[in-house]
Amino acid sequence: MATTYRIAVIGDWESVMGFRALGLDAYPVTSVEEAKEKVRELAKSDCAVIYLTETVGKDMEDVLSRYKDELTPAIILIPGREGSLGIGKNNIQRAIERAVGADIL
Amino acid sequence: MANITVTPTRMELTRLKGKLKTARRGHKLLKDKRDGLMKQFLETVREVRALRAEVEEELMTVHKSFTVASALMSSEALEQALLYPKQSVELTMGSQNIMSVNVPVYDFQTKTKSDADIYPYGFASTSGELDTAVDALGHVFRKMLKLAEIEKSAQLMAEEIEKTRRRVNALEYVMIPETEAAIRYITMKLDENDRATTTRLMKVKDMILKQSLEEKRAEDARAMKAFGASGEAPQDA
Repeated sequence: MATTYRIAVIGDWESVMGFRALGLDAYPVTSVEEAKEKVRELAKSDCAVIYLTETVGKDMEDVLSRYKDELTPAIILIPGREGSLGIGKNNIQRAIERAVGADIL
Repeated sequence: MANITVTPTRMELTRLKGKLKTARRGHKLLKDKRDGLMKQFLETVREVRALRAEVEEELMTVHKSFTVASALMSSEALEQALLYPKQSVELTMGSQNIMSVNVPVYDFQTKTKSDADIYPYGFASTSGELDTAVDALGHVFRKMLKLAEIEKSAQLMAEEIEKTRRRVNALEYVMIPETEAAIRYITMKLDENDRATTTRLMKVKDMILKQSLEEKRAEDARAMKAFGASGEAPQDA
């Protein structure tokens, strides 16, 4: 487990540029298609965590569910600069429903 | 339980009884696993919700500062300022086993040790707002990594719980009742066979008795006849 992994941030230019200063791999994308392609590409490489802005993430449910049950990459939705769309919170809710069979919280 | 295609033999009965025992034990174990996982899961989920709310809020302030910065600077200057990062993050991933679910544990090392030393640009040509944004981002990043860890754990655990729940239900409502029904069927059938055999034996015994009785009577009759022909009957036959 000595291998090191990368952390990627995908989203629109303004939302991700700040992360570049932190030393994360920022990938500005302009369309959902581009983002999907990027996620697939990163999932094959040594990328352990992908932060995805909700703006892009909301239209790529298919790709997200593909990686949901795998250990890497962890795709985490973060609010973009337009503000939180509540998708991240919704996902937790969905995970609960999936596990319990009902929304209990 | 609609169609039971089991051969009603003693061997099959022993086999099914063993199967039922295993199924019961498996059911109990899986149920315990499900309950344990559920407890862990709910704890994790509560944590995720709290942390997510925090991260989202903090990210919004970051974005706000960043927007101001990008308004004050030209986009070329901004891009140039952030083009080559000074800081770099190396992520190491371990895994932790929670009730047979492997969840990731992240740990990261930064190249520059001090938090104050992360600005990849000179301060002369950039806006102060950019510093604020980068600084705040550096703080929120730790939380974001923790969020990634526990949110992924929650997702993986949700999957495992779903699987376990299905298994528990399948055992409880299909496997165990079906095996019980099959065992009952075989027991009944075997008992019925036993009774059939007893009845048959009784019947056969009856028939044999009747036959021997008839033979005896025929013999007696023959003897009487022979006696009648000779004339006198002996006193003690």
